[in-house]
Amino acid sequence: MEELDIRLMKGNEAMAEAAIQAKCDAYFGYPITPQSEVLEYLSREMPGRYGIPLQAESEVASINMVYGAAGAGKRVMTSSSSPGFSLMMEGISYIASAQLPCLLVNVNRGGPGLGTIQPSQGDYFQATKGGGHGDYHLIVLAPNSVQEMADFVFLGFELADKYRNPVCMLSDGAIGQMMERVVFKKREVPAIKKDWATTGKTKDRERNIITSLFIQPEKMEQVNLSLNKKYEEISKNEVRYEEIFTDDAEYLIVAYGLSSRISHKTVILAREKGIKLGLLRPITLYPYPYKRLNELANKLKGILTLELNAGQMIEDVKLSVEGKVPVWHYGRMGGIIPSPEEVLENFEKLAKIK
Amino acid sequence: MSDNTTAKKPRKVKGKTVVDIQKCKGCEICITACSENGIKLSKEINNLGYRYAVIVDDLCTGCTNCALVCPDGVIKVYRTSAKKKELVAEIKNVQSDMKIKIDK
Amino acid sequence: MLTGEKDCIIEDGEVYELVYEKPLTTLTGTRMHYCPGCGHSTAHKVLAEVIEELGIQEQTIGVAPVGCSVFAYDYLNIDMQEAAHGRATAVATGIKRVLPDKYVFTYQGDGDLAAIGTAETIHSINRGENIMIIFINNAVYGMTSGQMAPTTLVGMKSTTSPYGRDADFAGMPIKVSELIAPLKGAFYVTRHSVHTPGNVRKLKKAITNGFKYQQLKKGVTFIEVISNCPSNWKMTPVKSNEFIEKEMLPYYPLGDIKLPSKEDLAGLK
Repeated sequence: MEELDIRLMKGNEAMAEAAIQAKCDAYFGYPITPQSEVLEYLSREMPGRYGIPLQAESEVASINMVYGAAGAGKRVMTSSSSPGFSLMMEGISYIASAQLPCLLVNVNRGGPGLGTIQPSQGDYFQATKGGGHGDYHLIVLAPNSVQEMADFVFLGFELADKYRNPVCMLSDGAIGQMMERVVFKKREVPAIKKDWATTGKTKDRERNIITSLFIQPEKMEQVNLSLNKKYEEISKNEVRYEEIFTDDAEYLIVAYGLSSRISHKTVILAREKGIKLGLLRPITLYPYPYKRLNELANKLKGILTLELNAGQMIEDVKLSVEGKVPVWHYGRMGGIIPSPEEVLENFEKLAKIK
Repeated sequence: MSDNTTAKKPRKVKGKTVVDIQKCKGCEICITACSENGIKLSKEINNLGYRYAVIVDDLCTGCTNCALVCPDGVIKVYRTSAKKKELVAEIKNVQSDMKIKIDK
Repeated sequence: MLTGEKDCIIEDGEVYELVYEKPLTTLTGTRMHYCPGCGHSTAHKVLAEVIEELGIQEQTIGVAPVGCSVFAYDYLNIDMQEAAHGRATAVATGIKRVLPDKYVFTYQGDGDLAAIGTAETIHSINRGENIMIIFINNAVYGMTSGQMAPTTLVGMKSTTSPYGRDADFAGMPIKVSELIAPLKGAFYVTRHSVHTPGNVRKLKKAITNGFKYQQLKKGVTFIEVISNCPSNWKMTPVKSNEFIEKEMLPYYPLGDIKLPSKEDLAGLK
């Protein structure tokens, strides 16, 4: 029997360890709370094991290093937290346009501005609606456990390579900082052929160019169209979500990441009181489970979104249900994490159950 | 051709240039680079709308200065070679009855 | 013209041998978009010549900037990446770190390298990335049509310094080569120009060294090229070259600013 590699780790560390096991060739990063453990872990562990960890002079530099190394055909990643991730937006837009596979992790903290170092989900719009300039999308994965922070590194690289698209793991300060049991399975990392990469023009091929500049309108539009086609393909194939007690649910909470863990407990408390509450947890925030939510809406009386922000994902939920049922938002900000009881109480108020 | 250049002595090494006149942008930098004053601008314009460099072969020493500074690399420079001359002479003797294809 | 003998012309009993032609394998042959007389074209050509002569086309990866030379990859027949404005050396860092045995260079203008990209420039040099930086200094933002650059000379007019650069208001033009030379990561720092044949020859030698020294993995080779911008300086190409001689070179003197020692160069092929 295969011996299980079980460890107790922080989410940030589990993600870093997974990066090494996923054969990440290079990591470029800049310290920022609450995710500095990633750079620290990789600076310590990568030498002698696998990959190159480089501390850049800024997030601006690190995202552009990612661009260069991904363009050279290597498996690369960076991570940051909200203000740092904002700094990367220009580079991410270029990466999306040049179609470079890479993994970008945002361990979300409170904002706007310098904000707070406490957990938040305030970067939902930025992650799922593009974030930088121009028409583009990242594939966005939302882990809700330390285990998933590790697992989604593998999944993220796999999706990035499959679609030649940057993948964003949108975590938060709580999942990144908390310690949990995490299991590392032995996995084969397949070699990916990247014949578009700049590795030196050999005689048997034309030169490879990594660029996001398409100055002729006709060409630019073609690029936009082909990107859109890719996003459609991704939306068709890669929607991921988890459902808890949805079979007989009359009400539904939609929540991702940290708030999905709170919501899970809220659902259990509600069930104890005889309220038929269910939970849908989007795992991919882009592509979003619009279709499934629309189906579920047919038999629901109302939907609550729990977010650690002022109400961002609620817009996607409303888009999904097309007005079939009322959609309410409950959220706390500033790094305050509501208790399951608090959520239930507010749900009952909004749904006028009490 | 100006008078001060015609007075020069015949030289041992002679040059020859080929200008890709349709790609010349007429910047005149080659003119300033030619120590023999052997380059002028044409009166006609090329397909790009520029007057182009015209090089007087009689004055050319094959120094390559014009070609080196030419931003668009439109100038090819040839220079007389005694060694090549001997080689070609040999080939010609052996193949004297063969036809040599002449362009233009 | 005798055909069949590609590199020779036979005429009037003389045999003429080809002694100069622009590089055919490392330039794509696409007509460059640069204005007549622009030093960018000459610098591209010299760069392509060196890559061809060193036979390193298959091992070379270039990074183009934002600026007039944004389309450098249309002209250079090598693998290239187009960087965001100012980030060329960060992109080059990414490439070189994962492909340490390739030759990697950036080609950047003054706005790109010395204004928006100053942090990336300084830090990639400070880390001693084994890349070559070719820095085209024409003292103006060319692509956006003639605004003041960090390198615009005092008194020089531009669209954003219409009365001439005022040092009290806008600061002095920055001498990047002198600024970065003291950094240990700068292995070879030199300043050249492309306005005369002699200077083109010297630049070619410098770029050749810039590539060769990468084998040693001892840091950045930094080659500043004083260039003209006839269109935005509002001069003929010939006048712009005279301006280089009279105005630019006194402030940006040509020559080597930092040379590797003999011991440093030991083991160089």
